[in-house]
Amino acid sequence: MNSNVASGAHDPANQKAVYVFEAPVRLWHWLHTFSFLTLAATGYLIANPLPSLAGEASDHFLMGNIRLVHFISAYVFAIGFAVRIYWALVGNRYAREIFYLPFWRLEWWKGLFYELRFYLFLTRKQHKTLGHNALAQTAMFFLNTLMTLFMIGTGFALYGQGLGEGSWADQGFGWIIPLLGGGEATHNWHNMGMWIMLMFVIIHIYMAVRADIIGRESSVSTIIGGWRTFRDDQP
Amino acid sequence: MGIQQTFYEAMREHGITRRSFLKFCSLTAAGLGLGPEFAGTIAHALETKPRTPVIWLHGLECTCCSESFIRSGHPLAADVILSMISLDYDDTLMAAAGHQAEEILDQTIEKYDGNFILACEGNPPLNEDGMYCIQAGKPYVEKLRRMASHCKAIIAWGSCASWGCVQAAHPNPTRATPIHKVITDKPIIKVPGCPPIAEVMTGVITYMLTFDRFPELDRQGRPKMFYGQRLHDKCYRRPHFDAGQFVERFDDEGARKGYCLYKMGCKGPTTRNACSTVEWNGGLSWPVKSGHGCLGCAEDNFWDRGSFYSSVTNLNVAGQVESTANKVGGVLAGAAAIGVAAHAAASVISHSKDSNRGGSSHD
Repeated sequence: MNSNVASGAHDPANQKAVYVFEAPVRLWHWLHTFSFLTLAATGYLIANPLPSLAGEASDHFLMGNIRLVHFISAYVFAIGFAVRIYWALVGNRYAREIFYLPFWRLEWWKGLFYELRFYLFLTRKQHKTLGHNALAQTAMFFLNTLMTLFMIGTGFALYGQGLGEGSWADQGFGWIIPLLGGGEATHNWHNMGMWIMLMFVIIHIYMAVRADIIGRESSVSTIIGGWRTFRDDQP
Repeated sequence: MGIQQTFYEAMREHGITRRSFLKFCSLTAAGLGLGPEFAGTIAHALETKPRTPVIWLHGLECTCCSESFIRSGHPLAADVILSMISLDYDDTLMAAAGHQAEEILDQTIEKYDGNFILACEGNPPLNEDGMYCIQAGKPYVEKLRRMASHCKAIIAWGSCASWGCVQAAHPNPTRATPIHKVITDKPIIKVPGCPPIAEVMTGVITYMLTFDRFPELDRQGRPKMFYGQRLHDKCYRRPHFDAGQFVERFDDEGARKGYCLYKMGCKGPTTRNACSTVEWNGGLSWPVKSGHGCLGCAEDNFWDRGSFYSSVTNLNVAGQVESTANKVGGVLAGAAAIGVAAHAAASVISHSKDSNRGGSSHD
């Protein structure tokens, strides 16, 4: 044990704990998670509705409610992401990691290939990373950040079809529909986006739990409490 | 056919009474959503303005647009409109043929250069220098380019002229191309549908002739008054959609009760057209009313989107992919799960080997 625990003022390589994820980032992570899961479930049911209900139409509002939950979650998802972008500007350096790839830095490319080799079991030595490693950052950027933007864009474009011509959603996002080849194609790509994000969620949870169990760094507890702890104090 | 003749005079010449004329003006004002006071405006414009000639060209098409147009649910409207346009050129409807017919095009260019409206039904094929559609011994695309260069504005009738439709469906051997991709220097209004609704066609043409400009267009060049909403937004079966009551098979209880056809692949939720409000054949019926889902015929590339009978259709990547988001996505998510499981197993083995060696993976 050394005396650098919980201190940002010393050599980070030898630290036992670093404050990585600030409260807004953690809060957003869980809002993002639960709104996504709600959106995925309700979205699936919008594309593939539940078995037909009997009786009078006026007695039910099942599809309407599923869509309502979808739209409310969509607002949580989108506004949460907007606040998250703001926090990337004012938060610490780890708050910015998922929004860009430092492809102009040779070190970053080395890190990327190193992590690829590590996860293919081609090397034993595990690097110490404070925020995201290069591979995690790449996956996060493409499969989460860009996909989130894509889902918000296509989602509000489709929402604008219901709100009508000239509505804010139509004016702000309606241009996406002809770009993707029409309403039907936009529906299908929006649906595809859900599956890609779901794939990301599966891999993301696996990587996080794996890192917690056999890696050098905390990960699940980090996104809950914000502190990244290490099992050893070697560089 | 003097240049000074007004629409009204032309109509009277064709035996239309003043009473019928005024009824037509009210009907058109209502159809265009302009409000009752505009009936007078339309009447005044038609009485005083010199008649604008319309040249109606046919490229690769099935003539369903013309068929729809001449079967306008209100015969009166059709008569009035036809008297406005048929005198000039429409090779399907006109009496003249051959050289006489083609001469009219030259005369129109001479007399009305920059002042006539070009109505295009169908589209030109561009492969083999346009040899897949020959008219009067020349490729249609040449005729289209020539007339377009002298016209004031272009109406793209139907899905062929607007998007390409069936002859432009994959693999599009003749390279049939919608009008806006061939003619880029003239204002174009798209009136898609296979065919478009007759009242929509007459409404659009009347608006243009009366007000001398296009009605307000949406992002893709369609008149907002008819294409501003999806069929779904005004569908009389919408309450069943919101309730979660669907036809599951064409012969089930839901089908008899008139439930929503979304699960049967109805494209109403993604198709912009006026079918659910204007309806067809004078408000007699329309596809959903007759118990079948909408095919989405007014939407771009509707032939290549996959099943007409499924709510989730093909992803179109690079022209043609015969797979839906649910299938591709299910495989991706499944592959991710299997990959994760395999990697976890490999990690456990690798980790236990390290532990057995007494070392650690951290050195």
